[in-house]
Amino acid sequence: MISRVVVETLSIRRGDRLLFDGLDFGVSAGEAVVLTGRNGAGKTSLLRAVAGLLRPVAGRVTFEGVDAEAAAGSLHLLGHLDGLKGGRTAWEELRFAALWCGGSDDSARAAAATLDLGRLLDLEVRKLSAGQRRRLALARLLAAPRPLWLLDEPLAPLDSVWRARLGDMMAAHIAGGGMILAAVHDPLPVPTRAVEVGA
Amino acid sequence: MSPLTVLLGRELALTWGRGGGPLPALAFYAGVTTLLPFAIGPEPARLAAIAPGFAWLALALASLLSLERLFERDFEDGTLDLLALGPAPLEAICAIKCLAQWLTTGLPLALAAPIAAIALGAPVGLAPLVFVCALAGGLAFAFVGGLGAALALGSRRGGLLIAIIVLPLFAPPVIFGGGALGQYAAGLPWTAGLALLAGWTAGAVALAPLAMAAACRNALD
Repeated sequence: MISRVVVETLSIRRGDRLLFDGLDFGVSAGEAVVLTGRNGAGKTSLLRAVAGLLRPVAGRVTFEGVDAEAAAGSLHLLGHLDGLKGGRTAWEELRFAALWCGGSDDSARAAAATLDLGRLLDLEVRKLSAGQRRRLALARLLAAPRPLWLLDEPLAPLDSVWRARLGDMMAAHIAGGGMILAAVHDPLPVPTRAVEVGA
Repeated sequence: MSPLTVLLGRELALTWGRGGGPLPALAFYAGVTTLLPFAIGPEPARLAAIAPGFAWLALALASLLSLERLFERDFEDGTLDLLALGPAPLEAICAIKCLAQWLTTGLPLALAAPIAAIALGAPVGLAPLVFVCALAGGLAFAFVGGLGAALALGSRRGGLLIAIIVLPLFAPPVIFGGGALGQYAAGLPWTAGLALLAGWTAGAVALAPLAMAAACRNALD
């Protein structure tokens, strides 16, 4: 179990543009940190770097409490691209994500119930609205328990009711010793600490 | 159920779902086989002489057809991120995707190849060897083709780039398989060609996943 994620003197370059330089911060167990900054400041790139998908030009990301190889298995990344296939049913996609990330049929079913997806599970993903699709993507966070959630604009397509319920989900995750690192423009419905990117 | 089994099941379902699985490749294969007599004339002796080699070459070209979508869609819709954060290394993921490609395209084409060769006038006795060559060669085409597809990730005109990368790498298996078929038809020893083809296939299956994974990492970065 990860006890803390530490970002040290991280610099990220996209093409010939240096997005940010020498960024330092940490996320501890039971804490939610939000990344703020203008469009194009590098929030999404930072999340991908923490996930290990993007190589920083300098600095490093360390996961305290797990081996470096196990880091990818202890985080969820929820980005703008949700990797949901339009031609598959919501249940097929949720079940695959659960089994692929170390969950089970039961955990997938429980996650679907929490996100109130019951009636939608037999529908093809292409027939879901943007908000329903985002709820299906969020269900993956619960379908396979992993301590670190990397969320890119998680609130965007959700209505006010679901924003509040996502807040409950996040609060429960943090209360259980989980960690959240989220790129946001609107404030999250849970207590957070802010890190400014590309200031 | 192991995660890689789950992934293989999903890949098979997706390949089958998008564009009818093996149907486009099979239709292309049947199409060029039908056109051949129109192009070179219907004389049976002439057709029979080139039938095995032609059936083999057309199979190599038909395996190119659906390669463009092998990684491109997963890259564009974020699936590759999800897969990369799973329990298996990218090398294994790439190998599973190529295996699914072979099962849905290469295997049906291998079944069609002897039929095409016989239809063009090749001796029936040649059919088993055509099938074996198509089976082994198809696996090499899937893995080498996957390498091309991974290298072309994120580029415009990926299909063209894939063909340019992959066709030179298709040359050795085409030569080995064609050699075995030609020798067999001429009543000469033919096992060397088949052994070389199998060796090339084994090499491609072992090495291509390493290169594919490196190419995917670059594309995700």
